[in-house]
Amino acid sequence: MNFPVIKGAAYALIQANGMLFYQGTTQTSERLKNSQSEHLQKLPEHLRSFDQAVSYPPNQAYIGNITPDDLKQIPQPWYENPVTGARDGKHGEIMPEDEFLGLMKIVDSFELVVLEESFQAGVKEKLQTHPVLNDIEDITKLDKTPGTSDELEQLVAEQSAQPLYFDGKLVGCVKRAHEFDEALSSEVMLGNIANKASAVLALKQMLAKTDLNPEDVDYIIECSEEACGDMNQRGGGNFAKAVGEMCGCINATGSDTRSFCAGPAHALVEAAALVQSGIFANVVVVGGGCTAKLGMNSRDHVKKEMPALEDMLGAFAVHISENDGINPVIRTDAIGRHRIGSGASPQAVMTAIVTDPLDKAGYKITDVDRYAPEMQNPEITKPAGAGDVPQANYKMISALAVKRGEIERTELLKAVDSFGMPGFAPTQGHIPSGVPFIGHARDMILKGKITRTMIIGKGSLFLGRLSNLFDGVSLLMEKNDGKVDTGFDQEAVRLMIADAMRDFAKAFRE
Amino acid sequence: MLKGKKVAILGDRDGIPGPAIEECIKAAGAEVVFSTTECFV
Amino acid sequence: MDLENQARIKDLNDKYGNEDLIVVLGGAEAEASGLAAETVATGDPTFAGPLAGVSLGLKAYHIFEFKDEVPADVYEEQISMMEMVLDVDEIVDEVKTYRK
Repeated sequence: MNFPVIKGAAYALIQANGMLFYQGTTQTSERLKNSQSEHLQKLPEHLRSFDQAVSYPPNQAYIGNITPDDLKQIPQPWYENPVTGARDGKHGEIMPEDEFLGLMKIVDSFELVVLEESFQAGVKEKLQTHPVLNDIEDITKLDKTPGTSDELEQLVAEQSAQPLYFDGKLVGCVKRAHEFDEALSSEVMLGNIANKASAVLALKQMLAKTDLNPEDVDYIIECSEEACGDMNQRGGGNFAKAVGEMCGCINATGSDTRSFCAGPAHALVEAAALVQSGIFANVVVVGGGCTAKLGMNSRDHVKKEMPALEDMLGAFAVHISENDGINPVIRTDAIGRHRIGSGASPQAVMTAIVTDPLDKAGYKITDVDRYAPEMQNPEITKPAGAGDVPQANYKMISALAVKRGEIERTELLKAVDSFGMPGFAPTQGHIPSGVPFIGHARDMILKGKITRTMIIGKGSLFLGRLSNLFDGVSLLMEKNDGKVDTGFDQEAVRLMIADAMRDFAKAFRE
Repeated sequence: MLKGKKVAILGDRDGIPGPAIEECIKAAGAEVVFSTTECFV
Repeated sequence: MDLENQARIKDLNDKYGNEDLIVVLGGAEAEASGLAAETVATGDPTFAGPLAGVSLGLKAYHIFEFKDEVPADVYEEQISMMEMVLDVDEIVDEVKTYRK
């Protein structure tokens, strides 16, 4: 079968302390109840500097400068063991918040983002020399319609605009897009514009770091957890085209796919199907970051005297293309899925998304070199009471191997160690879900270090209060065997005709 | 301990989710009056 | 513990009382499970939700504690794998503390 391949992947992180404090929902909920609460008083002391965010080992792993195996060797807590890191990464970059606010204005099509004059001029200068963004057409927006500090204060105080802070100063705001439509409120618009801007950064990174040309992109699937629309169609869409428009993908169309944290895995399956069916040759899956989740567990981090580690917006882009005989393939004949009737117990979920597809492909659990389930950074989730999420997933996979008699119970932890990796993604919902490993996996497979990995997305559908169902999708990413099926084998056809002629001649003689 | 009780379930997405606990509680002869699943990620 | 869930537990306690009503947890980890047990017993120690300073006196159990009361086949199908994944003893010990 001619499987589609993963031709490239890129990643972006944006440090966003201002948005953590003013727009993260843990903080906005707290502010509603008590604007002088102890948490809000203490939180600023726990915010990291940009340099601290850059040298934070999991962030360096996310942008590809160190591998998950390197990260495993670095003692925890990682925030006390910084590495020499760079903001530019093999697979992407870490951006500071001031530049990102500039990028938000660049991608804003409705003049909702207002930046203070001198701040705007400052970030324009920085973005003009940005290696990936300097050619973005709408950078000229940073010459236009700045605001004064007074205007910003007035917009925030009287027009319910969302404040944008940098270094403790009010440097801008996002206005509401409608006077009373809640779907276009300033909170929603800020989240959506930040999501779009971060997705643009990831896609621009991919276009810069791989040989994909923007005009060759046929289809874009966006898979974050935001909704864009007005009160008559709150989730109307379309983030995908809005992102592609900013990146010069003039020949692409696209749409949005949603399934909570499992969205990216669904999107990859859809992209693979579009390519393998021959409908489109180059499909990009893209996901931007989530401002609401910034500082989601910061109450626990503050209480435990830790830095507020959830200060990063995450984004990614993955390029799926036709089989080139080189890049790792997606085994579309063994896609795992949590069926509506699968049940909600952890073993039912894991059986549906891990062992069912392995059975289909004829593999044992231990035939997969690495599993990439939800790669949440444990340093963020453990203090919040969620435990080490990737580790728990690895134990579940190993426990299934025990139940299936593939390994002994005493070998459970050994198996976890062999196919597991430490989590290194920020808790941005859909961002950790398997995809952060794709860039590393592609490198490792191309270098022959591993043969096969399983990318697993899991989603908590019950949070939407429409269904109690869970969700999950998985896909196997595997070394390319180098054989490309061109669809028409001339030699085979010649032999078939010769056989038929011979049979015909024989029948005629008899 | 369970029979005849009213039970409120607080499941955990990364531990045991609500619906799995619900199956157990019902099978043990108690009445589920509330079931939810918390999510920290 | 989720603030909305605190409100729901409070309402349920008003309706059924702390003799008939019990809380069953599925927490992944000892500390968080203990925190939930403490919240429904003596009040929200983080003072964030509707149960702050409210002592309902509700008893909370982790589902692992009901292994012997749940039919074996159901427990096997729904829970057993997670016994290999989570730290059962640590979680149960912590949750028990708040029933004394």
